Amino acid sequence: MKHSADIQAETPSFSWLRAIFGHRAVWPIVALALIFIVDGVISPGFFHIRIVEGRLFGNLIDILYRAVPTALVALGMAAVIGTKGIDLSVGSIIAIVGAVITWRIHAGDPHWLVLLIALGAALLCGLWNGFLVAVLDIQPIIATLILMTSGRGIGLMINLLYGGTNPSFTSPLLQGLSVGHIGLIPTRLILFAAIFFLLWLAIRRTAFGLFLESVGGNAGAAKIVGINARLIIYAAYLISGFCSGWAGIVLAADTHTSDPVSIGLYIELDAILAVVIGGGSLSGGRVYLGMTILGVLVIQALTTSILTSGLPPEYNLVVKAIVVIIVLLLQSTNLRAALYNAFARTKR
Amino acid sequence: MNEKYLPLLATIAVFVALFLVGGFLYNNFLTTLVLGDILADNAFIITAAIGTTFVILSGGIDLSVGSMIGFVGVVIANLDLARWHPLVSAAMMVAFGLIFGALQGLIIDFCEIQPFIVTLAGLFLLRGGCFMINLDSVPIHHPFVAWYSGLSIPLPGDGELHSSAVVMLIALIAAIAIAHFTRFGANVYAIGGDRTSATLMGVPMRRTMVGIYALGGFFSALGGVIYAFYTSSGYPLAGTGNELTAIASVVLGGTMLTGGIGMVAGTLFGGMILGLIATIIDFNGSLNGAWIMIISGVLLFIFIVMQRSLVGSLRLRGAS
Repeated sequence: MKHSADIQAETPSFSWLRAIFGHRAVWPIVALALIFIVDGVISPGFFHIRIVEGRLFGNLIDILYRAVPTALVALGMAAVIGTKGIDLSVGSIIAIVGAVITWRIHAGDPHWLVLLIALGAALLCGLWNGFLVAVLDIQPIIATLILMTSGRGIGLMINLLYGGTNPSFTSPLLQGLSVGHIGLIPTRLILFAAIFFLLWLAIRRTAFGLFLESVGGNAGAAKIVGINARLIIYAAYLISGFCSGWAGIVLAADTHTSDPVSIGLYIELDAILAVVIGGGSLSGGRVYLGMTILGVLVIQALTTSILTSGLPPEYNLVVKAIVVIIVLLLQSTNLRAALYNAFARTKR
Repeated sequence: MNEKYLPLLATIAVFVALFLVGGFLYNNFLTTLVLGDILADNAFIITAAIGTTFVILSGGIDLSVGSMIGFVGVVIANLDLARWHPLVSAAMMVAFGLIFGALQGLIIDFCEIQPFIVTLAGLFLLRGGCFMINLDSVPIHHPFVAWYSGLSIPLPGDGELHSSAVVMLIALIAAIAIAHFTRFGANVYAIGGDRTSATLMGVPMRRTMVGIYALGGFFSALGGVIYAFYTSSGYPLAGTGNELTAIASVVLGGTMLTGGIGMVAGTLFGGMILGLIATIIDFNGSLNGAWIMIISGVLLFIFIVMQRSLVGSLRLRGAS
């Protein structure tokens, strides 16, 4: 009697477990939690948040603060990957935006206009990528590789327009957006929240998101039901350009210079990684905005933890690679099944 | 004439045209000396790109190439400090590249993770490995390396074929043999052409995928050996971004990124076109590095558009 009751109680609890472990949010959250647990053990003051000179200070705030540029880029990347595309040119767009900002500020434009021109330049880059992918029908990885290889060169040429290798600038408006704070909260977090909300509205509260995912899921079928796939792909690359533009504004204002060679280097790889850790598939069809941000936080928490743990910074990349591989392997159903089978066999 | 040779011929035509443009612009450009220098300077990247050609022919991508070049150099230089013979450490690193690539292929196929992501993790791992070993450039002092760097075959005219170029050409011939005269090569083309049909035809998927990425790792490690011997040093930042140069060489060489279409020989000319652009800009002297990036991008664009129109007119298989 007791035996059968046990079985009955066991079955639903297992399906409940399965529901949890089958959910796409589990593995990134597990990874994030593990990173934080290790942090808590290594440095007990890791989670301490205090107020210094009217703003919040602490490792957790630092993670959020530093994650903003990558998170912005990753939002746009999530939209592009949703259409079965990829955008390798985001780092170059950031370089171009930084160069354009410095150039126009040196030319004496009002700073709100500089902001608009910078965003315009970023949108132009997005338009170019969209044109190559949607109209010329070039594979996204190679289409955006073109701007990726030449974009930093374009940034250097813009710098040469007024003769400077790494010119610096100051702008109360742009620096306020990047490193300033409203009340206790850094402005860039508010800026990010606003852009995230806008994008979330567009993708989750209008038909646009549905169209985006259907173009990525099955472009042929989407065309047959009357979706203008070309327009949707254009929109995705424009969104990526727009988000990278904001990332460029934040990064350039933070460093006060235009340094096209090294600004935003490898940010495309981190952004793509964030989308994948967040459960997005490079084969398209799904856009998970919130999950992507979770992926960015995993990456940034990892980086910050390595830096605060006292481990030499040289170990950063290797630890990052190992954690990424573990997260990816955990997400693989094939490997999980193989591990489960091996485990079951040893138990028997 | 077989239409599959058209992209290759187009690549060779562009190379010759660019070479003539250089000769028109500058004295002493149209010589075997310049040609030999281009071959020697780009031998490592072309060798690595040969491996990338197999990966791209199968419809995949390998981002770990540049880091592999750096890692191999750093390890060889440090083993040189430990008094290993360079040939022994080179053989060991090439074997390491083969195994590392095979492992990537296994993860890609077994765990069904996209090649882009797996090889990206490989990029981080190997570059991080460089930084963990040392942060400075380490010179290789062994007399063998000095002897090897001095070797060359004289060409008609003033030019000479440097030992690096010879190694690269041997690797190229081996790769052509593998791609066009073995069952494995046919399987690579089959997988790149249509994965599902290839499986149904009985192409051994796992073995072939592991083999493809193993070749990718092998050739990029060989590229790393060539680079380390050519520069007589190991530098942890060596090869940064070279995965994209390798991909660009492959694409300029007429291989389609969708997989299944292209030739290994094209990669030689694709890599030499990129080297030629850099040389022309060097000859000018007043142009700066920014131009190399922009012109490479523009050429890439022209080539891809040309390929697309070729594909359209010949009704070859388009993008999926």
